[in-house]
Amino acid sequence: MTVSPAHAHEHPDFLRHHFNTPKQQFEAGKLGMWLFLATEVLLFGGLFVGYSVWRGNHPEMFKAGSIFLNTNLGAVNTAVLILSSITMAAAVTMAQRNKRGALMLFLSLTLAGAVTFLVIKYFEYTHKFHLGIYPGLKFYEKPAGDSHTLSGSLVNDAGGVDLVLVKGTGPLGQDVTVADTPEAEPTTVAPAAIGPAGLAQDALEPGDRPADDGHAEHLTHPLQDPHRPANVHMFFNIYYLMTGLHGVHVAAGIGVLTWLLIGAAKGRFSSAYFTPVDLGGLYWHVVDLIWIFLFPLFYLI
Amino acid sequence: MTDTTPSPQETTEHHSVGHIVPVRILAATGIALLILTVFTVWIAGFDLGNLNIWAALAIAAFKGSLVVLFFMHLRYDRPFNGVVFVTSLALVALFISFALTDTREYAPDILPGDATEVQKQLAEVQP
Repeated sequence: MTVSPAHAHEHPDFLRHHFNTPKQQFEAGKLGMWLFLATEVLLFGGLFVGYSVWRGNHPEMFKAGSIFLNTNLGAVNTAVLILSSITMAAAVTMAQRNKRGALMLFLSLTLAGAVTFLVIKYFEYTHKFHLGIYPGLKFYEKPAGDSHTLSGSLVNDAGGVDLVLVKGTGPLGQDVTVADTPEAEPTTVAPAAIGPAGLAQDALEPGDRPADDGHAEHLTHPLQDPHRPANVHMFFNIYYLMTGLHGVHVAAGIGVLTWLLIGAAKGRFSSAYFTPVDLGGLYWHVVDLIWIFLFPLFYLI
Repeated sequence: MTDTTPSPQETTEHHSVGHIVPVRILAATGIALLILTVFTVWIAGFDLGNLNIWAALAIAAFKGSLVVLFFMHLRYDRPFNGVVFVTSLALVALFISFALTDTREYAPDILPGDATEVQKQLAEVQP
């Protein structure tokens, strides 16, 4: 089959020379995007493996850790991302229907959702930093220059975990609710493994190994703030890692959405050529998809 | 901007690329996702033991399927794109299964961090 002269003038501007037809270019771009999204799933997949193994070994640690997270803020952020996913999908539909004004409106709304998510996340992170909730062993140190005490009345029993909540006043005068482990349950969260794997035992005295008498003082870490449940810094290690990596993806999404908005304003997209909007949308939906799993795994259970 | 309805000829030509998902389907999908979000928060308020994890994961998986099938057009897309994506999910599932299978093997003796198992064993030794 030969290319007719009539075909030559139909060759649109957006069609790159190494593709025969717009459809071929579109399908190739889409397959490339799905391959990239598969690598994104594998990237987060490794972290989900870490989450699963840690949670399998220390279920109490995760239940205690989720008490420190604000479920309302997490739920609001989930709703924000879902709404921005709706507007993103609508933006693709508008691009396919040649409605440039509506496309720009929906891209702007999606962008607003992305920014709102990061703003809420910023307040969540900074609030935790004020309370001294850091990843690593700094979790057990009181914030610098802070003389507050987190003692107070016992207000709640977090069912099944044998934790109690302690209310008090934080370093900035704010109300603080922290979880505490009663001494009666010293083995609820045990220290790191001793064995061929050789996990961190340097900081512990030889006598601090899990003894068969099971006294609490043998099982607490030397750096531990007694008002913080044991080993929960591990929860915050993976919390900050996974939500932080997701936040980086949201920030990248803001860049993509801004670029799409500029392109839409310049009239680059039409019903014949909407590939960047479509592929940017696919990326944005995967960011939403990952948060759909992060929210219950960290905030709810 | 011009919101003129494309002529039938334009429709067949332009819409040969990709599938247009009507806004009402997108809105219905989104409302379902929001309702499921409220549902998963609500159900997490009950202490169902291990069922809490499975309920949360099942709801999240269902929500994720809605996103992938409708927002990401996979229901209307070429099947091979779905094969690529589902393969990556299957590999993650395989990775998690093997890691958990392995770590559970060691849990009772060299991972005292598995407090549930340790307490169970201690209770048997020291009644």
